[in-house]
Amino acid sequence: MLDILRRIVLWGGLALLCLLPMLAEALGEGFYITMMNRVLILALAAMSLNLILGYGGMVSFGHAAYLGIGAYTVGILAYHSDAWFGTESAFIALPAAMLVAAILALAIGAISLRTSGVYFIMITLAFAQMVYFFFVSQQEYGGMDGMQMWSRSDAGPIDLSDNASFYYVVLGLLLVLLYAKYRLVRSRFGLVLRGIRENERRMKALGFPTYRYKLVAFVISGAVAGLAGAMMANLSEFVSPSLLHWTRSGEMMVMVILGGMGTIAGPILGALAFLVLEDVLSEITQHWMIVLGPLLILIVLVARRGLYGLLDPKGEPK
Amino acid sequence: MKRASLLAAAAFFASSIMASAQAAEPLKIGFISTLSGPGAALGIDLVDGFKLGIEHSGGTLGGRAVELITGDDQLKPDVGRQLAERMIQRDKVDLIAGVVFSNVMMAVAKPIFDSKTFMLSLNAGPSDLAGKRCSPYFFNVAWQNDQSHEAMGKHVKDKGYKRVYLMAPNYPAGKDALTGFKRYYSGGEIIGEVYTAINQPDYAAELAQLRAAKPDAVYIFYPGGMGVNFIKQYAQAGLKTEVPLFGPSFSFDETILPATGDAALGVMNTGFWSPDLPNPQNAKFVKAFTAKYSRPPSPFAAQAYDGALLLDSAISAVGGKVSDQDRFRAALRAAKFDSVRGPFAFNNNHFPIQNFYLREVIKDDTGRMTNRLVGTVFARHMDAYHDQCKMK
Amino acid sequence: MTLLLFVEQVLNGLQLGVMLFLMAAGMTLVFGIMGLINLAHGSLYMIGAYVAATVQQATGSFLVGLLVALPVAALVGMAVEMIALRRLYPRDHLDQVLATFGLILFFNELVKIVWGPQAYFMAMPDMLSGSVDIIPGIPYPAYRLAIVATGLAVAILLYLLITRTRIGMLIRAGATNREMVNALGVNVDRLYTIVFGLGAALAALAGIMAGPILALEVGMGESILILTFVVVVIGGIGSVRGAFVAALLVGIADTFGRVLLPPAIAEMTIYILMAAILVWRPQGLFPAHA
Repeated sequence: MLDILRRIVLWGGLALLCLLPMLAEALGEGFYITMMNRVLILALAAMSLNLILGYGGMVSFGHAAYLGIGAYTVGILAYHSDAWFGTESAFIALPAAMLVAAILALAIGAISLRTSGVYFIMITLAFAQMVYFFFVSQQEYGGMDGMQMWSRSDAGPIDLSDNASFYYVVLGLLLVLLYAKYRLVRSRFGLVLRGIRENERRMKALGFPTYRYKLVAFVISGAVAGLAGAMMANLSEFVSPSLLHWTRSGEMMVMVILGGMGTIAGPILGALAFLVLEDVLSEITQHWMIVLGPLLILIVLVARRGLYGLLDPKGEPK
Repeated sequence: MKRASLLAAAAFFASSIMASAQAAEPLKIGFISTLSGPGAALGIDLVDGFKLGIEHSGGTLGGRAVELITGDDQLKPDVGRQLAERMIQRDKVDLIAGVVFSNVMMAVAKPIFDSKTFMLSLNAGPSDLAGKRCSPYFFNVAWQNDQSHEAMGKHVKDKGYKRVYLMAPNYPAGKDALTGFKRYYSGGEIIGEVYTAINQPDYAAELAQLRAAKPDAVYIFYPGGMGVNFIKQYAQAGLKTEVPLFGPSFSFDETILPATGDAALGVMNTGFWSPDLPNPQNAKFVKAFTAKYSRPPSPFAAQAYDGALLLDSAISAVGGKVSDQDRFRAALRAAKFDSVRGPFAFNNNHFPIQNFYLREVIKDDTGRMTNRLVGTVFARHMDAYHDQCKMK
Repeated sequence: MTLLLFVEQVLNGLQLGVMLFLMAAGMTLVFGIMGLINLAHGSLYMIGAYVAATVQQATGSFLVGLLVALPVAALVGMAVEMIALRRLYPRDHLDQVLATFGLILFFNELVKIVWGPQAYFMAMPDMLSGSVDIIPGIPYPAYRLAIVATGLAVAILLYLLITRTRIGMLIRAGATNREMVNALGVNVDRLYTIVFGLGAALAALAGIMAGPILALEVGMGESILILTFVVVVIGGIGSVRGAFVAALLVGIADTFGRVLLPPAIAEMTIYILMAAILVWRPQGLFPAHA
């Protein structure tokens, strides 16, 4: 019964996502396309975090660093569009953002993954702070104030400055990456990763180079977060250190948990729920944080498996 | 001939119907401000000052009832941008006002200007928007970021200080502040220019270096909580009696002074406004604000109040028809309102031409910390970027 | 840098160090014994400062403020522990991070509602408002010396508490072997609540001591929280001794980094320090569970 319900919700939700721009236009509420753009981008970021958090058991408290560096890569390339390396082309800027984020994740992961548990949480946080302060002190790129982009990236035949086209690009990226993740976590690599989450010592004893597996997952996750950051920069046409603030890392974790950790659709539900909650609460009262805070605690204490868990109460994390 | 006049008559008729329909509907103003987190004190002062301004304009702006749609940007540029888009696309606001911080301002500027919506900044005045990227849709009723610093640069020069030590947080506003100071300071030497981390709580190490450098004047730009921390620690280190401290009003305004205690007493600072400026509008404002919110108004409340009065004057000049953008813009530029700060006019870049005053931190009769007017440093001062703006 | 200036900066570093120690001691104890990572530790720092300032304004006495605020903060901490955090001990760190992140949002907004969004004032106790010549010709604020003295005194008391008392024995036992304490038939719930209250009181003490120097404002807990993390991690999680050494190390490194290095690098000094130490010793300087 629930299984049918879950299918209806998932496929219905997917259909709704595909039709959303048309519906919004028809109802004259174009703003919701913009809002959903933000939801999907943050869902992408949450999904990347979910890969290491939900499947790999690596509690990274510094995921904003990859989001931020992806955004800055796009921003900086566009800023130097007159120089030989500068570009406004999405076909170069987006892969570049993923590459730079991956390299950063490689460096941070290589050191952080030597530790585990709370040490890992705190060292990832500390590295993210370093990246934050690094960009705060970059006067040429606006420092604390951030930098304006003149326009969204140029994606050839697709006009990214049109919100609906932008939406389909983000949705397409999200679905492709969701599918890729779906395949990944079911592959041998994914099984090893989940094995590490359950019992790293056993996996080590079985002869798996667990450090290397974790590092690869960490780098993939960083690269996808970098892509999310690149899209975020394009959505806002603005890049600033506020994307790198440690509370952003916290919010991403909240989205993962809210939606359901270690599930495929969870991060989308989580991002949607978080942004709607933020939007609705902040319109009701200036003191909306006093509601949000205890709500988070409640979710952790009671609805441990997130929104997705409500649809699939006895299912294994997927 | 006949046909043309008929058309003209029809057009006139249609437009007058539209005008009256518009006048009946409330004027929707999107108000973007920072209402949560550490920057909230300024954001709340903007909202309160603006609301008082509407109240003093008879509860309307230019005869039109006002629907104020406030949004909390949380000091995050991307949230600010989403708010701006929501206000434009969903709420279909007639204009947008507010914005405390420059980074949020820069992020909301593009969608607002692209949609040809008027934006009245009640605080943020980044140099970009005053110069190269000035816009016919943008007005700033507060000040350009550098101006208060320029005024103090001149004052410190006029007083003949020879060895000046400068300190500010390491971010664009901090650099701009010290650049602004140096633009008008001459006749001596800058013996130190120190940038500290943003939101750094403790300045003991920097103060020790400062004392060792033996300056004869210190100029700082530390807004908000950083200002409180610095000022308290400066006095506690015994430096206040040794080396005179100077700053812009942002480090000595009424949102900060309750938290500094006597440490700020007697410090000279510069700003566009002072609570005791002798003009009737200001007296009315200060009295009403203090009575309504039971705290003395800050400069932020004053400029937001002015913002409401400016809108009132411009909207009534166009008979409530803000959709007639050219006339509305001309009416805004005319700035025919009684500002709490005395003389007020808009420059070609839609930033104010205004006086800058020297103020001193004092305790008023009730023992509350506030400022008193000492003199005028600049009369009808223009910002340094207006010639970069292409608007005439 | 002259010798005199050097001495003064060492004192500044020490003072920052002992403040960090007060914060880190509570956090590392709570972690060592209950296995709880508490982001809301900074909120207790903030609450301590606000309560003390309020009482001080009402009574005119810093000491009364201190004596009221310490137990109030301890009680707030214990209440939070009993209502919410207790349920998180068996959970993984992720749940703890999220729930205590929620607590930060709650406490920040609560303080804003009660005390207003503007910075709040806390006066310096008159007795300590002057300066002392540490070396002839170099005045140093007496209050900052008092902070150093208080911090060192607390460190000694904590050492005595942990090594010489029954509760200290349980704390030590709990830090090394949680199940063992359970098996010994000790009322573990009560022990946990007491330890949490102690940690809260230490954080509040840090906040109260910082109050006269700093602006009391919403979010003041977070700026020190992250530094505290760094200290706890460098020292080795669960080790009070490690926290002490690491706190002084971070205090000195941060102070000299700010004075000697260009600002862009100075802001990153302690994070670089932390990364370097963890590369060398992934469990920190004094790992408690070694």
